[in-house]
Amino acid sequence: MAKGIRDKVAIIGMGCSRFGERWDCGYDDLMVEAYQEAIEDAGIDKSEIDAAWLGVFFDEQNTGKSALPLSMTLRLPNIPVTRVENLCATGTEALRGAVYAVAAGAVDVALAMGVEKLKDTGYSGLPERTKGTFEDLYLPNNTAPGAFAQLAAAYAAKHGVDMGDLKRAMAHVSWKSHQNGSLNPKAHLRSKPTMEQILQAPMIASPLGVYDCCGVSDGAACAIVTTPERARAMGKKYDLVTIKALQLAPSNGVEMSHNSWDGSYTITTPMAARRAYEEAGISDPLEELDLIEVHDCFSITELVVMEDLFLSERGQAWKDVLNGKFDRDGVVPCQIDGGLKCFGHPIGASGLRMVYEIYLQVQGRAGERQLKNPRLGLTHNLGGIPNRNIAAITIVGLMD
Amino acid sequence: MNDIGILGAASYVPAARLSRQAIARAHAWANPALSAEARGTRSYGFWDEDSITMAVEAARACLKAAKDVTPERLVFASTTAPFLDRANSAVVAEAAGLGPMIATLDSAGSLRAATSALRDALEGRRRTLLVASDQRPAKPASLQEMRYGDGAAAVLVGEGPVIARYLGGASRVVDLVDHYRTVESRTDYALEERWVRDEGISKIVPAAIRDALAAASLQASDIAMVAAPFAPRLMSPALKAAGLDQVPLADPLFNAIGDTGAPHPILMLCDMLQRAEPGTRILVIGFGQGVDALVFEVTDEVRNRRPAPAVEAWEADDNYLRFLSFRGEIRLDWGMRAERDNRTALSTFFRKRQAVTGFVGGHCTACGMHQFPKSRACVECGAIDTQEDYSFADSVGRIKTFTEDWQAYTPAPPLVYGNVAFAEGGNLLMEITDFQGGISVGQKVRMVFRIKDVDDRRGFRRYFWKAVAMAGEA
Repeated sequence: MAKGIRDKVAIIGMGCSRFGERWDCGYDDLMVEAYQEAIEDAGIDKSEIDAAWLGVFFDEQNTGKSALPLSMTLRLPNIPVTRVENLCATGTEALRGAVYAVAAGAVDVALAMGVEKLKDTGYSGLPERTKGTFEDLYLPNNTAPGAFAQLAAAYAAKHGVDMGDLKRAMAHVSWKSHQNGSLNPKAHLRSKPTMEQILQAPMIASPLGVYDCCGVSDGAACAIVTTPERARAMGKKYDLVTIKALQLAPSNGVEMSHNSWDGSYTITTPMAARRAYEEAGISDPLEELDLIEVHDCFSITELVVMEDLFLSERGQAWKDVLNGKFDRDGVVPCQIDGGLKCFGHPIGASGLRMVYEIYLQVQGRAGERQLKNPRLGLTHNLGGIPNRNIAAITIVGLMD
Repeated sequence: MNDIGILGAASYVPAARLSRQAIARAHAWANPALSAEARGTRSYGFWDEDSITMAVEAARACLKAAKDVTPERLVFASTTAPFLDRANSAVVAEAAGLGPMIATLDSAGSLRAATSALRDALEGRRRTLLVASDQRPAKPASLQEMRYGDGAAAVLVGEGPVIARYLGGASRVVDLVDHYRTVESRTDYALEERWVRDEGISKIVPAAIRDALAAASLQASDIAMVAAPFAPRLMSPALKAAGLDQVPLADPLFNAIGDTGAPHPILMLCDMLQRAEPGTRILVIGFGQGVDALVFEVTDEVRNRRPAPAVEAWEADDNYLRFLSFRGEIRLDWGMRAERDNRTALSTFFRKRQAVTGFVGGHCTACGMHQFPKSRACVECGAIDTQEDYSFADSVGRIKTFTEDWQAYTPAPPLVYGNVAFAEGGNLLMEITDFQGGISVGQKVRMVFRIKDVDDRRGFRRYFWKAVAMAGEA
């Protein structure tokens, strides 16, 4: 019986580019920016990297497919590079590949890179794309905000929540993230909109206004991993950070075709969360997690995910949010770096950007936004749309 | 010989109504004379409607009205069929679930496309579903823009318990060019109305009426009502010449709907059959490069199978610019999302056309689960290859989730879509069309066949099913 990934792999270096409308940068510049920080942090030479994983989603438009964009940009010494893609969980997927390779003993040191150059697509929001030759024939031409906005209608109906109250709770989600993000020099959006501004913003997909939606940015993030033994032998000055859990739960189509799902939550997140808590040895997540970075592509997503992660009771997240349970000074600070809300969502980079924040926080390196003595954090991605998605959860913390 | 006649009838007129005043107002600077016609409303299809989709709605309603009668032939009559070379009737047949054995025919080229096909079916005694549909383009500021309306009507004819017995008919062919439309011109070129009345209607129609009455062994006085697609001022001289000047003209439905074109005589007949008493003899006139005259007698059976009332019309709107945009007469800047390439992979479409055109999903014979699309492995029990065909076309669903999306491209923003839970089981994320505001979770919806996407680059359009809120059902 496998015992899971807990404490089998350590992160020895991480880097994250500044996120934003990086008109000055191509994907290669973004990768180099993240890589340079990570390799310096790891204190190793490029030649010590045995294998690499590259996470890119909108490959056709800017970065290109295959291993080559990473291998060529960093001039890697012809080591194996694997390109992965799993919708918005792409960055986490790159990390999973690297971590599993180290845990398997196949390599000593692996690198995970996530990157996305969205702002050359010309779109506000994510670019249009085909769903495939059959699905284009029957699925609506929905947008990402439209797909997630539906959670709100169903959530309000199921729990009998007044839409005005839910809107306020959603606004609080964004307000809190903007407050947090304003402290982060790498965040794309550093403004601090008021609750009024958030509530009165133009509608994108009802009931989501502009401030309920995350930004659209360019960015890259990078991790270098090895075994705890090797990491310890390197004599690094910061505490050793290890992977506690890496779980993935993709939809199998139930939400799409079966009417047992009521549309007010994600089926996959609780599945991934249960497995991740078990893998990490967590019995009371609310008590044990010191911070979380969740997939706040839209405010309503973060709100329902609080319930899907068992951090709020069903139907109670909107109240918990309004009560500040997930604020910086709340029970479990959420999006302490500003989240997708302030970083935007360069898809391939986001999962690794979240892990970067946990990594910094547990090592006490988060600067102005540093929390007090966090030891354990969780990241959550939701790739796709509520109707079908991939929930990816990573739990990272100090080595026991 | 057994009675032949109409076994079922139904019409479909899109719910949207444009105020003629709004049209006249918009053009007052250029053509103030239009204000003379600025009364009432005209019907117009929502952006996702065309002659095919309206025909499908009329055909489905007609099949329902005719109860268990299965046609052996489908005729699609239109002067505005979307496809010049692809059987429009085949699309209608598959969407209406008529099966592969049905004979199909496209009738076109004249406003008599429907009445001639109807007479042909009746005289040939073939059990035929005749569905006529038109969405005629008109130049902005033309009289036609004011007068035309969009709509469809269907009749199922054959032997059996008819609601209206066919007593006889006659036709004349005369190449009178009162108006025409060609591949090059796109919109109608119309000639002077008084000439059409004096040299056309008044001279061509009476002879056909006399022949039709003779074929029906009737006198002029036996006719109780005339359905002709003309205003009384154009039709009265012809009726007088035929000795029918005492017979009332049926309401041509111009005030609320407009002149729908080829379907119009059938649309009027459907309207009359909603109220006509048994024994009423109705003369139906179709006109276009000649005339068709058909005589029917309403039977007692009409009380059991009256055509259902048409879709309830929306309140008249003044949104002339939206109408122009729906018709492609103005091109708005829809932004980058409208640049999406809507190429249809026709090999995929062919493989999946039952699902796409017929809304055929699966019913698992192992566990009973209904699902769309049909798949190899059941979404409930996982059993492989246990699903039989199951059409959701007549299913009723409830809105589970929805949004009004202002970012997505649609010719009628916002794009509204959501998850629909079907009463028998199954869920589909689908577009909600004919949106007039005010939907909510739990709202009951029915399924309609509509344009899904238009591929401007390749001149193609594809169709799928959408949900519409059921009137009076929360």
